[in-house]
Amino acid sequence: MKIIKIDKSLWAPGLNQAAAAYRLFGPVKEKEFHSFKPLTNGVQPDLSCLNTRLSPKAIIYPQSEVMFDYSLDESREDHHQMREAAKDYSPRAVIGIRPCDAKAFELVRLNFDTPDYQDPYWLKAYESTTLIGLGCESPCSACFCTSAGCGPYHEEGLDVLLADAGDHYLAKVLTEKGAKFLAAGGWKTAAVKEADQTIAAMRQTAEKKITSFVPTDNLRSLPNNDLYSATFWEDVSFACINCGTCTYSCPTCWCFDIQDETRGASGVRMKNWDSCMFPLFTMHGTGHNPRGTKLHRVRQRFMHKLKYFVDKYDRGIQCVGCGRCVRLCPVNIDIRRVAVMMNGFAASGEACAIE
Amino acid sequence: MLSYAEKIREIAGRLLASGAVNMVIGFRQGTIPMMNEPHFAKNPAEAAKLVWDSHCGINLANYLTDRKEKIGIVAKGCDSRNIVTHIIENKIKREQLVVIGVPCQGMVDKRKIALKCPGEITAVIETETQVTATGNGFSQSFDKKDVLQHNCSLCIHRNPVIHDELVAAPVEEQKGIDRYADVRAVEAMSPEQRWKYFEDLLSPCVRCYACRNACPLCYCPTCFVDESRPQWVGKGQDPSDVRTFHFLRAYHCAGRCTDCGSCERSCPVGINMRVFTKKLEKDCLDLFGWEAGLSLDVRPPLDVYRPSDPNDFIK
Amino acid sequence: MQNPYLPYPVRIDDISVETEDKNLKTFKFVFLNPADEQKFAYKAGQFAELSVTGKGEIPIGIASSPTEKGFVKFTVNKVGLVSSFLHAMKPGDIMGIRGPMGNWYPWERMEGKNVVIIGGGFAFTTLRSSIVYMLNPENRKKFKDIHVIYGARSPGMLLYREELAAWERRDDINMHITVDATSDPGWKYNVGFVPAVTEKKAPPAGNDTYAIICGPPIMIKFTQPVLDKLGYPHDKIIMSLENRMKCGIGMCGRCNIGKEFVCKDGPVFTLEQLNQTPREY
Repeated sequence: MKIIKIDKSLWAPGLNQAAAAYRLFGPVKEKEFHSFKPLTNGVQPDLSCLNTRLSPKAIIYPQSEVMFDYSLDESREDHHQMREAAKDYSPRAVIGIRPCDAKAFELVRLNFDTPDYQDPYWLKAYESTTLIGLGCESPCSACFCTSAGCGPYHEEGLDVLLADAGDHYLAKVLTEKGAKFLAAGGWKTAAVKEADQTIAAMRQTAEKKITSFVPTDNLRSLPNNDLYSATFWEDVSFACINCGTCTYSCPTCWCFDIQDETRGASGVRMKNWDSCMFPLFTMHGTGHNPRGTKLHRVRQRFMHKLKYFVDKYDRGIQCVGCGRCVRLCPVNIDIRRVAVMMNGFAASGEACAIE
Repeated sequence: MLSYAEKIREIAGRLLASGAVNMVIGFRQGTIPMMNEPHFAKNPAEAAKLVWDSHCGINLANYLTDRKEKIGIVAKGCDSRNIVTHIIENKIKREQLVVIGVPCQGMVDKRKIALKCPGEITAVIETETQVTATGNGFSQSFDKKDVLQHNCSLCIHRNPVIHDELVAAPVEEQKGIDRYADVRAVEAMSPEQRWKYFEDLLSPCVRCYACRNACPLCYCPTCFVDESRPQWVGKGQDPSDVRTFHFLRAYHCAGRCTDCGSCERSCPVGINMRVFTKKLEKDCLDLFGWEAGLSLDVRPPLDVYRPSDPNDFIK
Repeated sequence: MQNPYLPYPVRIDDISVETEDKNLKTFKFVFLNPADEQKFAYKAGQFAELSVTGKGEIPIGIASSPTEKGFVKFTVNKVGLVSSFLHAMKPGDIMGIRGPMGNWYPWERMEGKNVVIIGGGFAFTTLRSSIVYMLNPENRKKFKDIHVIYGARSPGMLLYREELAAWERRDDINMHITVDATSDPGWKYNVGFVPAVTEKKAPPAGNDTYAIICGPPIMIKFTQPVLDKLGYPHDKIIMSLENRMKCGIGMCGRCNIGKEFVCKDGPVFTLEQLNQTPREY
């Protein structure tokens, strides 16, 4: 792979130049927290940030997205028919995305890009986006990426991996899309020969900073129904208040709802993020709810991430170890603790209190 | 306060061993700094996991709703007021409960501490009066009173209003507190300023409903935001829908809110929605001389009417 | 890229009230663009999302048979926001249909076999589709004996009553219609719950016999042990599930039972498959 050296003095001018061809997004501090925002009017991404409060998934998968619009005015030829809403899939680039958040898109793609159906909204947005990652030098103590199939310099899902080498960045070009973006920024200087080893060394050092791990080796072989009936779910779920914090902050959670919103004689059909934590998520029209208790819902979340997904795709767990749900859960439900319980589960014959 | 934990474990162990209760609800040690996890103990061994420190801010009354067991519950002043409210609103029966009262000196605000530290906090220890946060290359100590949750710093009901056990002698209540300076500041704004302030306040909201779900008052079987027939509120991120949720939720808590701070504490994006609930708390105090959850014997003001009501609509 | 969320526009051609409580109506739709009917090629057992513009979508089993051309039919129970609004719509109104979705009854595997259809209440829609499909002159020879056990609370709650009567008169299908109770002295069919009628009327189990069950959870709960008792192997008991759905294409995440999506991997499962998943339906 080609590695380019970007002198830091050329970084901001290059970004400004690239902004002519790309809509840029990057971490920006607002009030207390960092979040991914459009970098308009020359605003620079703050690459010193620890990690953004929420994941950047909304850049590709907005919390609310209009799919269609319609008119209920019967004097119109196409009344009551769905019309494709106008969309902007011009090139965009996310600057300074963490390797964990970039890999998350790869996992989410398994859901939205299938042999049978493709979600055009997610896929077109994803394909129009170039991901410029930054090797992570400051993992948080609740980060566990290295045991979640990822890592601070993990390349999967990235188009370019930047390594912060003091007065310059080493930019490892990973895809054609990445090369195009670097060309648009006008950064051309080929890096010194040993750049690859430099990045490898930085990667090793960074990986050593990860102090938190989850065990996952047994998950695939555990019998599904036994794990489902394990007695620990009552303990795991007791504190849960069934809010959407974990799922909305998670870069790999993809569930959504479809809603029509009408104002007067016209309206839109939209996709909105939804959460398996909410009772309404699975409630039948009759009032019957197959996941009617919080135990059901908490179990669904962890079983999905750590068992169903593992079994369905054989791509590891549906988690990249970013640690957001651990840090943000208002009642301290910790996926690392649950992973230990699940992975260490030995069927005991006892069934769970709530079926 | 550091001795509370031991006393809580002792009481809980005793209540469980004697069969006086089926479970004790309290906190267990969290997995990250400044967080503890609500925990239920069903036997003395599980009771040994109960802890107490300055990070027990979640309101445990929330875990009582519609439970059928006999329950021992660890309760700070605010929790106890919400337990009273729960009893008044028939969400739990007094005789089901053994209230393990905790005279409280306030919970610390982890965001406040995080903002004062130069990096990620990896460990926090505390003494009676101080908390010390350490991280990579720093260690900083704070007087607890400087880093309390905002609601705790304004609290005038730190001692449990009902209790069957008490883990320590009552603490001295704070005197001369100006509880509504922030509300008055918002009241003094022009409508345009106020609207701008609300818009800015709510702009980060992702509608995760952590505030609602952490609130012991929000136990409606179907919240108005989830109703589909009729659908009162849109489900997307339209600012008018976000505002409607927060405003109506606050009104629904009027005369019931104890300003326990669970909503603000739970918010993943740092919104101080207490601005809304406190305005209504203040109105209830000004108009009715009412503070929620202080007595089992008085109905809340929005729960009763009098023929002598000065307003005409009642007649 | 095909947009799987975009419904085909349809016109309501006809609406008929099915049951005495008027809570079930059958809607006959005609595609506005004739080419869309070809794209909507389906098999008995599949479902579609009915899109009521401005209200939303509901997943409903297809009641018409692939052998019926020129229209599609759906029988809808009035329960929620969308179905209630749909019930108030009129012939001529424009709406949408998205699909067909999900899998179908295993027609290929059931060729040359006996088929027992067991249905209850308003969950008879895709079973109607199946019966019409099997009775089609082209298809009837592909199957051995066909039994139908269908029950409802009362005679007036049976769906497709004229067709049921017509099937009763045929000799290439064995109908066992039942009602929980009736005060009608003219009622000439069975009285009793579906599980009891199944025990009496279902053909013996064997490698040549498949049972398809579709009905309310309570009926399924009590019919399954009867089939066990009769010796039906679990890979020959076919069930169609319902769960709350939105996308219908396995993406929105809510209808799963374990790793399977009811909307895409189902709605049709063998009992053997269901035994491997959590019972979250």
